[in-house]
Amino acid sequence: MKKFVTHRGTAAPLLKINIDTDAIMPSREMKTVSKTGLGKSLFASWRFIDRGTDQEKLNPEFVLNQQEYSQASILLTGRNMGCGSSREFAVWALVDFGIRAIIAPSFGAIFFTNCIRNGLLPIVLDEQVIASLADYVALNPQANQLNIDLKTCHVIGPDGMTYPFELQSGFQVMLLEGLDAIDVTNKLGKEIDAFKTTDIQKRPWAYLN
Amino acid sequence: MKYTLFDKVWNDHVVTQQDDGADLLHIDRIFLHERTGSAALASIEEGERKIKNPAHVFCTMDHIVDTFPGRTDQTTMPGGSEFIKVTRDLSLKGNITLFDLGDERQGISHVVSPEQGIALPGCTVICPDSHTCTLGGLGALATGVGSSECEHALVTETLRFSKPKQMRVVFAGQLKSGVSAKDMILHLIAAYSAAGGSGYAIEFAGPAVDSLTVEARLTLCNMAVEFSAFTGIIAPDDKVFEYLKGRPYAPSGESWQQAKEYWATLSTDDGAHFDQEIVIDCATISPTVTWGTSPQEAISIDGQVPPLVLEEGDARRSMEQSLAYMGLKPGQSIQGLPIQVAFIGSCTNSRLSDLRIAAAILKGRKVASGVRAICVPGSTQVKQTAEKEGLDQIFLNAGFEWRESGCSMCFYAGGEGFVSGERVITSTNRNFEGRQGPGCRSHLASPATVAASAINGAITDSRKMGAL
Repeated sequence: MKKFVTHRGTAAPLLKINIDTDAIMPSREMKTVSKTGLGKSLFASWRFIDRGTDQEKLNPEFVLNQQEYSQASILLTGRNMGCGSSREFAVWALVDFGIRAIIAPSFGAIFFTNCIRNGLLPIVLDEQVIASLADYVALNPQANQLNIDLKTCHVIGPDGMTYPFELQSGFQVMLLEGLDAIDVTNKLGKEIDAFKTTDIQKRPWAYLN
Repeated sequence: MKYTLFDKVWNDHVVTQQDDGADLLHIDRIFLHERTGSAALASIEEGERKIKNPAHVFCTMDHIVDTFPGRTDQTTMPGGSEFIKVTRDLSLKGNITLFDLGDERQGISHVVSPEQGIALPGCTVICPDSHTCTLGGLGALATGVGSSECEHALVTETLRFSKPKQMRVVFAGQLKSGVSAKDMILHLIAAYSAAGGSGYAIEFAGPAVDSLTVEARLTLCNMAVEFSAFTGIIAPDDKVFEYLKGRPYAPSGESWQQAKEYWATLSTDDGAHFDQEIVIDCATISPTVTWGTSPQEAISIDGQVPPLVLEEGDARRSMEQSLAYMGLKPGQSIQGLPIQVAFIGSCTNSRLSDLRIAAAILKGRKVASGVRAICVPGSTQVKQTAEKEGLDQIFLNAGFEWRESGCSMCFYAGGEGFVSGERVITSTNRNFEGRQGPGCRSHLASPATVAASAINGAITDSRKMGAL
């Protein structure tokens, strides 16, 4: 998994609440089992007009289509970001597009974990703070970039203000070191076997042959 | 120490606790489908890893398969047959149980799982599908995960979770006639927002929940994810035990007795702590319908689209976008709004009891002209049982299409879907933009409301249908 230690980049505001994973990655765009090459489908319903037809074109109003945000690597969104379907395709599309972090007041739980598993940092900040960051970035998106430091868990705004955020230390370590969750758990093989030995006595009915 | 139902199930699955407080939980059952399960299986294959306990892993074909009679591996969705083939090949290779096309056990994962006795009270169940929380209706600790987390569970039989906070939602009193579990959950989400359950596991309790059938409890828990909850759970009772007895993968003989003794301990102790408690008076719940593009944008069927949020900000912007997409204005009545499509199906409302309720309204009536009406049973078994009861004839005579089982048009995957601007009354769970087709306008409702609306060609309160 790709490490996340520090990142500096352009932040794009998409300040809508309840952005669902259908919007991030419409089901109709998921055409193969593959995890790669999905960035072209990111936010397809909003990014394109007449998607999939001869008349297909970019929607000039959509933030990521605007010149100053076209290289954005950070998203600023409203609360309950990534709600809805568990499809990890949504995160694979964000990563493929080049998004490294999302800052929102809250996240859909499954989406949050999917982000972590793919080296995309989900950051929870207060809605007011996000609104002010968005205002500041909008003054000059390419100059007013945001800095993120995962070692100290801070977002540093263009004005030099720092905003602390919290992340469970297990997730933090996993991202900082780019660890694979399965490898980490496989080191606990003995504990897992010991659990099962006891559990099968306690709940024999839960085990199928 | 006093424990909640959720505490009890959680604690009995903790393998080990991490330094940061997260727990590694043992996962008892894993369910896959060809849409996202295929990605997990393919990733295991690529990483040259192995499924640790194939006996506990099940898979179905539901998301991509067509639901036309006589369907094959070829799908109207472009690329669909690849998902089907990968799932089939890797299920065989991984030695897991697959309910393939043509198998009598095939159907929507969260319908099949209880039906086959795979999900059980006091078990942890995961599936790479957000509606896995449905199974909390049996008293299982069930939650949706991504494909990577699913792969982790397949390879290690465990998953790491931070224990969520706990909320109890008490439905006090009894439901009014004509009001269903679907109306309960839409009412809750409308009152407390689509993020209202964020960070919580939710126990649904109270007299109205006790009175629900097992199938209705599955409907109630199904949309816990639309409330942003980690999951929903309901204490298992005699109704659940009766429901599970004799199902193919449920315990039997001596094992059944042991299970029942254990399950009988699965209720919240008096005085156990909840971080939040919500009480809803069931007298205030009416048939409920969504007007917008989030499940929280729901109102009583005799209500009006609410006024615009006054304060500038994310909420107002989102509401304006919802109204524009849905072609509605504040103050507009939801009842009487003309619809072009009526859809009964999905893991929310496609079980036998749902079809019976709809059929009772449809019997002897005809779908309004110009309305396309479709019924997709939740499983092949539901379909066959419904046919034995003659429900298929009632649907067909009314003018409904009667389909093979699958998720079907709950979402648009590039195959079948509805037309831009079409208004759909639907028994499904998500009214997101484009969910059932680009530009398509979805109104979530109960099967009774969908059936009544199909007849009238406009959103209709089923209680006003009267006797024939």
